[in-house]
Amino acid sequence: MEIILDARNISKSFPGVLAVDNISLKLCKGEILALIGENGAGKSTLINVLGGVQKPDRAQIILNGQSVTFSSSDQAIRAGISVVFQELSLVDGLSIAENIFANRQPIGMLNKINWRQLYQQTQEFLEKFNLELNPRTLVKNLTMGQKQILEILKATSTSPKVLILDEPTSALTEREIKCLFENIRMLRKQGMSFIYITHKLSEVFQIADRVMVMRDGKKSGNERVNNVSENDLISMMVGRKIKNLYGIRGSAFSETETVLRVVGLNRKNVFEDVNLELRKGEILGFAGLIGAGRTEVGRAIVGVDPKDSGHIYLDGKEVHINNSKDAIIHKIAYLTEDRKKDGLFEGMALSNNIIAPSIENYTSVIGFLDRKRINRYVESSVLEFGITTTSIMKKVLYLSGGNQQKVLVAMWMSIQPRVIIFDDPTRGVDVGSKADIYQILKDSASRGVGIIMISSELPELIGVCDRILAFHHGRIMGEVLHKDFSEERIMALVAGIVNAERSQSTSSAR
Amino acid sequence: MLSGARALPVLGSNDITEWSVIMFKVQKLIKVLKFVFGMREMALVLVLLVIGVIMTSISPVFLSYLNLRAILMALSVEAPIAAGMVILLISGGLDLSVGSTLAFAGVAAGLSLNAGLPAPVSILVGLLAALGVGLVNGLLVAKVGINPFITTLGMMTIVRGLLLVLAGGRAVLNLPRSFTVIGQGTLFGVQYPIYVMLIMVIVGDILMRNSRFFRQNYYIGGNEKAARLTGINVNLMKIFNFCLTAFLAGVAGLLITARFGSASVTVGSGLELKVITAAIIGGASLSGGEGSVFGAFLGALLMAVIANALNLMGVDVFWQTLVTGVILITAVVIDQVNERRKRGQQ
Repeated sequence: MEIILDARNISKSFPGVLAVDNISLKLCKGEILALIGENGAGKSTLINVLGGVQKPDRAQIILNGQSVTFSSSDQAIRAGISVVFQELSLVDGLSIAENIFANRQPIGMLNKINWRQLYQQTQEFLEKFNLELNPRTLVKNLTMGQKQILEILKATSTSPKVLILDEPTSALTEREIKCLFENIRMLRKQGMSFIYITHKLSEVFQIADRVMVMRDGKKSGNERVNNVSENDLISMMVGRKIKNLYGIRGSAFSETETVLRVVGLNRKNVFEDVNLELRKGEILGFAGLIGAGRTEVGRAIVGVDPKDSGHIYLDGKEVHINNSKDAIIHKIAYLTEDRKKDGLFEGMALSNNIIAPSIENYTSVIGFLDRKRINRYVESSVLEFGITTTSIMKKVLYLSGGNQQKVLVAMWMSIQPRVIIFDDPTRGVDVGSKADIYQILKDSASRGVGIIMISSELPELIGVCDRILAFHHGRIMGEVLHKDFSEERIMALVAGIVNAERSQSTSSAR
Repeated sequence: MLSGARALPVLGSNDITEWSVIMFKVQKLIKVLKFVFGMREMALVLVLLVIGVIMTSISPVFLSYLNLRAILMALSVEAPIAAGMVILLISGGLDLSVGSTLAFAGVAAGLSLNAGLPAPVSILVGLLAALGVGLVNGLLVAKVGINPFITTLGMMTIVRGLLLVLAGGRAVLNLPRSFTVIGQGTLFGVQYPIYVMLIMVIVGDILMRNSRFFRQNYYIGGNEKAARLTGINVNLMKIFNFCLTAFLAGVAGLLITARFGSASVTVGSGLELKVITAAIIGGASLSGGEGSVFGAFLGALLMAVIANALNLMGVDVFWQTLVTGVILITAVVIDQVNERRKRGQQ
């Protein structure tokens, strides 16, 4: 195989850390290399160096047989390396065409843009990828998934030799992921090579030829995908054997009394006739695609989102929860799927975050905060939840994704919840922290807390939950008990395929 | 609709086929109309037409040549600056120092004239003074990285203070005819400043719509980091935009000084907010990436027309101030409602 990219001895340090430590990698023509590693392992720095965004301390990059150095991303793109970063780089107010050909619009005399040619080129380009979109459509009118795919199109429009994708599927639905993979395979056939960064290990096996693992800035594995298992990869990423990623249940869940009962919950065009029971000490999974209503149901229960009708019973008594304050009074914790936007006070100290929902407990009669008690509590919960930080006064902003998520958990554990609704518990969280969070959930359940876990990742639902409800188009399509767990069955329900097993499993549950 | 049109001939009825073709065309027309009137510029043109029709029926003076000329003359100070301001807003910037810059250019030119320099040289001095302010703004924002609001807020008072010191706190009087002609002279019965304004607005709008160089501003305002990654020289563009806006403020300052025959030290205070208001009524947003020069012009025109209409109806001058604020908030509220409706549809 012809080697297209040969990067040798890349090193890059920041004040205090050696982010990338003497990494070398080779990429063949038409090859897809998966790059995995925990947050902070140095993946982003490595691709920033390859993409010309950051200047390395030391590096030798040979692209297509020629030694190259980049001082800007523009140069890297021109040489043939394009990067699609996680954050979108699209301009909402401009058309699809002007976004794809950003600052490369065809021009005529006096710098005038040749609109006809621009739209025609874009049309041809969209057709090549089987996308039925109008080049003139404004980007603000597209869905999240369409935007993500447009972002990738934009990068391929310069016909790069190497395309680097940084977690491209994190905001996509299953169908959009399939479409993306088809397009990647098509481009690979035409000789384009890929470096594919992902947190989803299953994707490594679906799309990649080879996988490179990074840990603490060093290469900790470089294998053909056929020769490794998922567990091998986890060990290489974490540097220790994780025996049980999904945690260990202290005592097996047995049927006990119901803590939360939801009857006839409705919201027009969002979800319909949702009925469910959550038992003490149970972990109940909400499976479903993005937009299936699982998140909205969770938010309606805690009063963050509106509901048109429905009753909620806590320990058999009806409760009226119209906002988060009510939910906190009833000791129901809601942990949002978007911790940056809705969950944490990023610019504030860790200790202020952790006590935010329970701050009234630390307030004296005249409204002053009892700093001593707060610090004592925060320090104990930092230990309890295994948050790695140099100080409890550190801004949450500076913590890793995994630690931020643990802060979110600690924050809501401070109200001593009876019910926890946890939306997407491991988004942007490294494997080590994932295992910790699963264990925290299982421990809480063992102490009798009822937990609803909302997720689109089936392996995690199957690994953690006692029972799973599958959502499709705003309805609960079916219920799967622990003994019947299989990805196929849940997938079928999530996709809206009802089979005879539904009535069977429901009747055995009640 | 298409499949219906294809299926119908099988039924053997030509009338129905034709009818469905017409319906299809009508639907398409409605779509086009919705698109066109969805644009801020068209909405503003409509509002202006409605006001025009009402005013013509109320007051015979409204449509008279002299009145229209007076409206445009009032606009000739704000509109060119609004053109620069909207470009700054689109790129995510803002300039609060335009009012001071305008006065500074006038005073600089006035002092040069009184020192005996010929008119063309004095004009050059005034323009260079304005450009200097723009350059300092641009360097502080792009190179030092100070927020544009704070930078230009500071420069607003610095420049005003500087010109007060230079002029000794008094207006610069007795400017020669060779200079005042640029503000008072006419061509086909229309004052020069009106031509200057129209040229600036038309050229500015064409450039922002069609020139690749100027369209870089949309990328910068839409997503600055991404703009850098696509190879746009963001710092250079920022400096350029501040200089351009200051230059336009300088031109307006020279014209207004020439018109009155004296350089006032207080002229232009409060102008920055008027100009930003016009740009936002015209579809720009403070978060960048949106807006057009023509929209900003229409925004300024709308405010000028309403002020004129209230005058003609004999409404107290103080009401005009109030109405301006109401228009601004109404425009932004309509935006928000539209945006929410669109999001609801998705």
